[in-house]
Amino acid sequence: MNLERRDFLKVLSAGALTAGNVTSVFAGIRKTLSADAVGILYDGTICIGCKACEAACKQYNDMSPESSNIEKAQGVDGIWDASYDLSEKTLNKIKLYEHGDASTRNSEENGFAFVKRACMHCVDPDCVSACPVTALTKNSVTGIVEYDKDACIGCRYCMVACPYNVPKFEYAKAVPEIQKCEMCNHRQVEGDIPACCEFCPTGASLFGKVTDLLEEARKRVKLVAGSTYEYPMRSLDEGDVSPKTVAPYINYIYGEKEGGGTQYLLLSAIPFTKLGLPELSATSSASKSEAIQHGVYKGMVAPIALLGGLLYGAYQTTKNSEG
Amino acid sequence: MHEKQALGGKLLTKPFWFLLGLAMIAGLLLIKRFLFGIGAVTNLSDGYPWGIWIVYDVLIGTALGCGGYSIALLVYIFNKGEYHPLVRTALMTSAFGYTLAGVSIFIDIGRYWQMYNVFLPWHINLNSIMFEVAACIGAYVFVLWIEFSPTFLEHRKSLETKKKLNKILFVFIALGVLLPTMHQSSLGSLMIIAGEKLSPIWQTGWLPLLFLMSAITMGYAVVIFESLFSAVALKRPLDETPILGKLSVMMIPLLVLFLGLRFGDLIWRGQLGNIFNDGMLGAFFVVENILFLIPIIMLASAKNRTQPTTLFWSAGSMILAGALYRFDTFLVAFNPGAGYHYFPSASEIMITVGIISIEIMAYLIFVKKLPVLPAIKHS
Repeated sequence: MNLERRDFLKVLSAGALTAGNVTSVFAGIRKTLSADAVGILYDGTICIGCKACEAACKQYNDMSPESSNIEKAQGVDGIWDASYDLSEKTLNKIKLYEHGDASTRNSEENGFAFVKRACMHCVDPDCVSACPVTALTKNSVTGIVEYDKDACIGCRYCMVACPYNVPKFEYAKAVPEIQKCEMCNHRQVEGDIPACCEFCPTGASLFGKVTDLLEEARKRVKLVAGSTYEYPMRSLDEGDVSPKTVAPYINYIYGEKEGGGTQYLLLSAIPFTKLGLPELSATSSASKSEAIQHGVYKGMVAPIALLGGLLYGAYQTTKNSEG
Repeated sequence: MHEKQALGGKLLTKPFWFLLGLAMIAGLLLIKRFLFGIGAVTNLSDGYPWGIWIVYDVLIGTALGCGGYSIALLVYIFNKGEYHPLVRTALMTSAFGYTLAGVSIFIDIGRYWQMYNVFLPWHINLNSIMFEVAACIGAYVFVLWIEFSPTFLEHRKSLETKKKLNKILFVFIALGVLLPTMHQSSLGSLMIIAGEKLSPIWQTGWLPLLFLMSAITMGYAVVIFESLFSAVALKRPLDETPILGKLSVMMIPLLVLFLGLRFGDLIWRGQLGNIFNDGMLGAFFVVENILFLIPIIMLASAKNRTQPTTLFWSAGSMILAGALYRFDTFLVAFNPGAGYHYFPSASEIMITVGIISIEIMAYLIFVKKLPVLPAIKHS
């Protein structure tokens, strides 16, 4: 008996050692952006909160309007869209920050500001790592995080995993799906840009290659407040610009490094935490959980060795008994 | 060979009818769930996509189903034959716990008709902890029923088949130890990807080891608890007390290791002070760890371990500790932000209660009709 017991303990300690090494694997970013990855730069300082992006998003993604309970009680639901936050019917949402008398635009004190929430299209998406059946995938060229309902089992682990609570589940349906922004993939294959960018009247939602958008964002955060800047409209490639007065930017590009980086980037004049965006580490949670999982299950060596020990042990103890 | 016998007796007792009633209420609510969606019966939201069905029925349910695993580890791998009388009941409770966890998963997942995708090679995602958990639990339910099948074969007097099965049973015994080792640890790993949404008091790379150790300990606790409880409830003699006392010793080193790792990790990450910063979470942490501490204290002296009452309460405390640790990790300390809150709805609770009722009914049917419990020695 001693032999296999020792083997068994050896395997266990091997497992423990692998787990101990995990911290060293944690460091470093493991996934990089594809050269052709596309994204959206949302500049909250020039957003006027008109929600044209929301209306366009609903129209081009066949999403029905939402109404609040008050509107339902008053019998005016369905006349206009009044979603409260991102939901299974709202993939793109403009939200308002308000403080004090809300008199000054882009001001943290006594001011107001807008933020647009949608899928961040992470460089190293936790939802893609979490999905047991590969229903969520990251397009190797565009980097868009796509959803396949025919693979999905509805376990909702993607929702647990996403640090931004982006994937939404249709709780009210007997045949539910996960809903999330796919950056108007269906429009992009036809040469169009995402609806939210196409219909934004100020250029606050700007489509382009992520590398170009990052460059644009870096340029903007260095601009002098009060000066005039020609803000590109709709898409960086289009060349159409609109001159506007520069707001006092916070020198930070949200999404440049959050959870290993995102393809949806945000700029603001007030702190991002005030806009409800989470503070995240520079590596994805997926990189941590995968490091542990692949550490323990590397080449299935540990489980197979353990099984070998267990088979031997179980055989020795049962061969002379009746069970 | 330890003699087993069916308990016999009347099946349709008053408590049985009561349980049947609870199960039928759950059945009606389930019709509602499948016709109108998960939102019609639960308080789940986009922030809290998992509720008590996953945390109680699956996480705690399978940990309570670890009796078969923990005892098999002792009897077959560490060759402690003296615990053999406990194997059959432990396996039975495990088979129930895991099978009903599987049923709960089926109820909880939104696109259940595609559940088999988890087993299709072109769909599976090897990076996904959920894949590991789903595949392992699925396989283990099958293994558990094979391990338990000699009981059916004895009942049907198919002794030839039983003899043949016994020759290969060691393969299933080995798998029956491997699979829970894999998925009980992975059930903890599930939350690593929740990252910042889980309080740093619970979020750690050691989740898999903490979950595995507490699951094995819960396995021993369940065997002790269930044996003493059923002896009293079914009016049987407390013959098993000496062996249960011996078994209870197993929990002490496991618990000391668990608490050592739990607190060592918190100190190492500089998070121990956080317990005092967050009132509600701190309180949950304290209660959770007191429950883990109680069995260590109660079982420390050999004299205490001969007392059925001490064994019963220490095992009960251990079960609550492991259950609360799982509740905390998956619900209490999980905060998706954005103003989301979760408390289970009445329908959600009634469905879980119905599933527990089915489990108890199945237990009663099995011990009364099949040779599961040790034969009573008449002196």
